[in-house]
Amino acid sequence: MGLLTTIAGKRLWRGVHVPEFKEQTCHLPIRRLPFAPMLVVPLSQHTGAPATPIVRERQEVVRGEPIANATGFVSVPMHSPATGRVERIALAPSARGELTQAIYIRPYPSASQEVLYGAPQDIEHMTADEIIKAVQATGVVGLGGAAFPTHVKLKVPEGKKIDTVVVNGCECEPYLTSDHRVMLEHPGEVLHGARVVMKAIGAPRAIVGVEDNKMDAVEALRKANGAASDIQIQAVPAKYPQGAEKMLIKVLLDREIPSGGLPADVGVGVSNVATLAQVGELLPRRQGLIERVVTITGPAVTKPGNYLAAIGTPVRWALEQAGCTDQTASVILGGPMMGASIGSFDVPITKGVTGILVLTRQEVNGNGHIFPCIHCASCVNICPMHLNPSQLGMLARKGRYEEMAADFNLNDCFECGCCSYVCPSHIPLVQYFRVAKQMNRERKARA
Amino acid sequence: MSTLSTAVIEVRTSPHLHTGHSVDQIMRNVVYALLPLCAYAIWLFGISALALIATTTATCVFTEHIFCRLAHKGTTVGDYSVAITGLLLGLVLPPGMPLWMAVVGGFIAVGPGKMLFGGLGFNAFNPALVGRAFLQAAFPVAITSYTPAHALHRFSQWIPSSLAWPLMKAPPLADWMAKVRVDAFTGATPLMLEKFEHITTNTWTLFSGGRAGSAGETSSILILLCGAYLIARKMMDWRIPAAMLSSAFLVATVFHLTDPQKYPSGAFVLFSGGLLLGAMFMATDPVASPVTPLGMWIYGALMGLITDLIRFEGGLSEGVMYAILLGNAVSPLIDKVTQPRPYGARKRLRAMA
Repeated sequence: MGLLTTIAGKRLWRGVHVPEFKEQTCHLPIRRLPFAPMLVVPLSQHTGAPATPIVRERQEVVRGEPIANATGFVSVPMHSPATGRVERIALAPSARGELTQAIYIRPYPSASQEVLYGAPQDIEHMTADEIIKAVQATGVVGLGGAAFPTHVKLKVPEGKKIDTVVVNGCECEPYLTSDHRVMLEHPGEVLHGARVVMKAIGAPRAIVGVEDNKMDAVEALRKANGAASDIQIQAVPAKYPQGAEKMLIKVLLDREIPSGGLPADVGVGVSNVATLAQVGELLPRRQGLIERVVTITGPAVTKPGNYLAAIGTPVRWALEQAGCTDQTASVILGGPMMGASIGSFDVPITKGVTGILVLTRQEVNGNGHIFPCIHCASCVNICPMHLNPSQLGMLARKGRYEEMAADFNLNDCFECGCCSYVCPSHIPLVQYFRVAKQMNRERKARA
Repeated sequence: MSTLSTAVIEVRTSPHLHTGHSVDQIMRNVVYALLPLCAYAIWLFGISALALIATTTATCVFTEHIFCRLAHKGTTVGDYSVAITGLLLGLVLPPGMPLWMAVVGGFIAVGPGKMLFGGLGFNAFNPALVGRAFLQAAFPVAITSYTPAHALHRFSQWIPSSLAWPLMKAPPLADWMAKVRVDAFTGATPLMLEKFEHITTNTWTLFSGGRAGSAGETSSILILLCGAYLIARKMMDWRIPAAMLSSAFLVATVFHLTDPQKYPSGAFVLFSGGLLLGAMFMATDPVASPVTPLGMWIYGALMGLITDLIRFEGGLSEGVMYAILLGNAVSPLIDKVTQPRPYGARKRLRAMA
């Protein structure tokens, strides 16, 4: 690998080239989405324990005010996305299909919607633990889609040393351009956020990895960085799934996270650019995360673009603003490779929603007849984790789930979708693997 | 607003994109890639070759259809894989093969060779070669009775053996060959000439075609071009033919250097007989070959080696068929020992149970 990297430069060797479909939105500046008549803020928008509400029904809240506290360390608080009234605290649909507790807030139409909540704080003189606490108070989670609480990643595990912060600006999913626009329009905040993270985890350097289909973003970041040498901005050839942290670390640093491990195990901390931009903007003002940039795009959208949407905006409202044709056949939160299609327009935009992709009947019906596996090895050739999806798929069909995990590293699969994408037999491999993992989890829970 | 309130949205699992490739599309393209070889075979050997290829193809398609009907499932002939088997079987038989034997071969190839295993995706061996191996065992004379290319009247007269009655002795070809032979063209294949009479055919003839041999194996350049088409369209894995051909070449070169009198050169080995056709279109049958990258190299190298060993040291002049069948037989084993090392893991995936 070392030799190949010397010859061909830093690149992702496995994975796939997917059509990008980014040109619809990548040149459109971020626009603000109007407030929906009702905002729905779920208490569980992140990995970890759901937040605990601290408001009552019919209570008035101002924009940016905390409305729910973190429940323990692996949890984050919620802030009111608008000045208005808490209508009720009740169940609301979620992207996963289940109903979860949420705070319903009706914004006041005549309010100025100014963020009055917050107070400046001096990060320069804060200790690492103070920064971690302050980041938790902002409610920022991984905005690249994982929604893992950012402050948890800043807590370096006992006995580990982190030497590099990897800033993930790959945005390798087709259609999505929200990270692209954030890098272009807020490069200073991204870099500031990166320096906060470096300080918190004691890393002397950071590398921003950006795919080379966003050279304007690379330029913007380099310009904002000036002559500073602690942060390096690195363009890498575009390929999916380079934005997966394991892949990006391999590409930029040639380090492999051990199976079942974390980036900290190889001395790396990873954060997404949109996350860092929020940290960079919110932390000095001691404010909370109340909105995020969402790419609304797809063949069925009439006004595609990047919208700054209040957290809790129902998808229905967002799509009404962006306009949808009557061809709407499937709505996906996130990108087309890993995003989940939702079954209700009432699902709210949460902190982890990078985009809303609306497909027409034409794209949805794409797959067609399922043939038997012909062992063509396409999936084996492209699996970025170097697994054997063909073999895993055959075992899954026979229900040999435990064998898949024990002998074929099923749990290393992060469901990037490359194998299903290339399979000429149209076998829904990733779905098989999801089922297999779930069955194994349930079996374990019973035991 | 109205569009959303009436919209019906479908919930599907990711990924929501697909390359658009499909098995039938790949198989159809393999058929396209074989058609020039068929055309050239017909040009060289006339209506007998045409009838042979048509017979094997029709038999194979018909057999698959009947087996599907017997199994009470929808016919699978639409995936084009059986057409490949039919065409390939026709291309690896001598052009004067009695047609009734071609029917038997086609039936064996697809019936026991493919459908009894479970159809596409489950056959352990390349079906066309299963058919050919059966014919080789059952009719050793007919399958080694080659006729010259460019025979006179080949578009108006049958090679006499083509129309032999089932289970009857085929008419001897010697008289007919004396009549239709042009120039010095011989009915023996270059491999036979080399092995049994020590006459080496020049490489250009081997490369361009126009010699005796199985219907589709004669023109190296045409086979390479057709294979290149599939490789360029990413419908065939280049590593298997690359491994098989380079291994056959290297092993032959080593033999040749030890005894140039006894053993032919690497180039001769490469372009004679069915090596190219086998390496390009039969060894690459994905179903019966390994899926791991390292496994493909080992599999190809092994087949190249066995080809050479049979040709040099065995009783047969040609060894490609058995080499590929042996390769098919060991490919699950090769897969087992060449599982990839996953990202972040210290060792390879555990071997299959």
